[in-house]
Amino acid sequence: MEKAPGKKSFIQHPKLIITTIVVATVIGLSASGLNSENETIVVKHDNISQADSIASVTAFEKVYKVLMSPRCMNCHPAGDIPLQGDDSHLHAMSPVRGHDGKGLYSMKCSNCHQPTNSPGLNTPPGNPKWALPPADMKMVFEGKSARELALQIMDYNKNGHKTRAQLIEHARDTLVKAGWNMGEGRKPPPVPYNEFVAAWDEWINKGGIAPAK
Amino acid sequence: MIKLNINKKSYELDIDPNTPLLWALRDVIGLVGTKYGCGVAQCGACVVHLNGEAVRSCVTKVSRAAGQQVVTIEGLSPNNDHPLQKAWLELDVSQCGYCQAGQIMSAAVLLKENKNPTDKDIDMAMEGNICRCGTYMRIHKAIHLAAKMQSKDSK
Repeated sequence: MEKAPGKKSFIQHPKLIITTIVVATVIGLSASGLNSENETIVVKHDNISQADSIASVTAFEKVYKVLMSPRCMNCHPAGDIPLQGDDSHLHAMSPVRGHDGKGLYSMKCSNCHQPTNSPGLNTPPGNPKWALPPADMKMVFEGKSARELALQIMDYNKNGHKTRAQLIEHARDTLVKAGWNMGEGRKPPPVPYNEFVAAWDEWINKGGIAPAK
Repeated sequence: MIKLNINKKSYELDIDPNTPLLWALRDVIGLVGTKYGCGVAQCGACVVHLNGEAVRSCVTKVSRAAGQQVVTIEGLSPNNDHPLQKAWLELDVSQCGYCQAGQIMSAAVLLKENKNPTDKDIDMAMEGNICRCGTYMRIHKAIHLAAKMQSKDSK
């Protein structure tokens, strides 16, 4: 059989031959196993993937309801002025975020927001950590879809540089807990705190999966 | 006993630690330059400095101020000659005057942190201080004037 003009036979391609030998060797070594026959591979429980996208996404539905409630979202606004009240209106007297999230000049959060709730209706709720997220990572909740918010929270570069372990811990933070004790006349989030923490843990431990929408 | 340092003087008060700082200042110590306006941190009439920050004394428990440095309008300057006080007089800012102590104490924090504030900076700093007489335009002018005086004094 005649070769087509200009075509070379396999033997005439030294680079191809060498590559074929190397690939075959690697495959062969992998198949035969580099470990000795007597070595036991231990698979710990921690090494087993716990990912379960359905359970994770289901848990996030509950988490999302909480995060989008006024008690959480009011301090995660789209703009630089916090929101206020059960209807999430712009905060009276327009305090602004400032670079560290703690306000500016004579309008710093802790000038009105004390370490504890002030007594009475329409008085400032309080917590020692009262603040917005900082200007260089605003961690906006307002206006985010469930998918957008889940992706943001699981992104180390958008979530305040928190690892998964730190995210789990964050649900136990005193400022997060304060959402369920926000002073007189303010509705708590729609899910009890313990249920929220369980859902938060479940969502993250099962993979931190973002819903489709 | 609650130990307070107000305008560089020490006080020991035998009062409930939950008492608002404003009542300790006005009713117990007798420093009545700081005013009661709304009682819920909405108006700014009661602003004093707590470690240099413009806190609202109507919602600040006296226990928060224990052992800290408190400055009221009476202690803002040794001879009522803070640039803001001089500018306020020069431009006749006050009308009824009720809110003015709070206005000046808030403005003092602004000028301490921003030596040459713009109108926007002034808005951001002063929006929590309400003036029923509507002296806002004169307040703006006086803060700008005080900034110039402060700058001149520091040279």
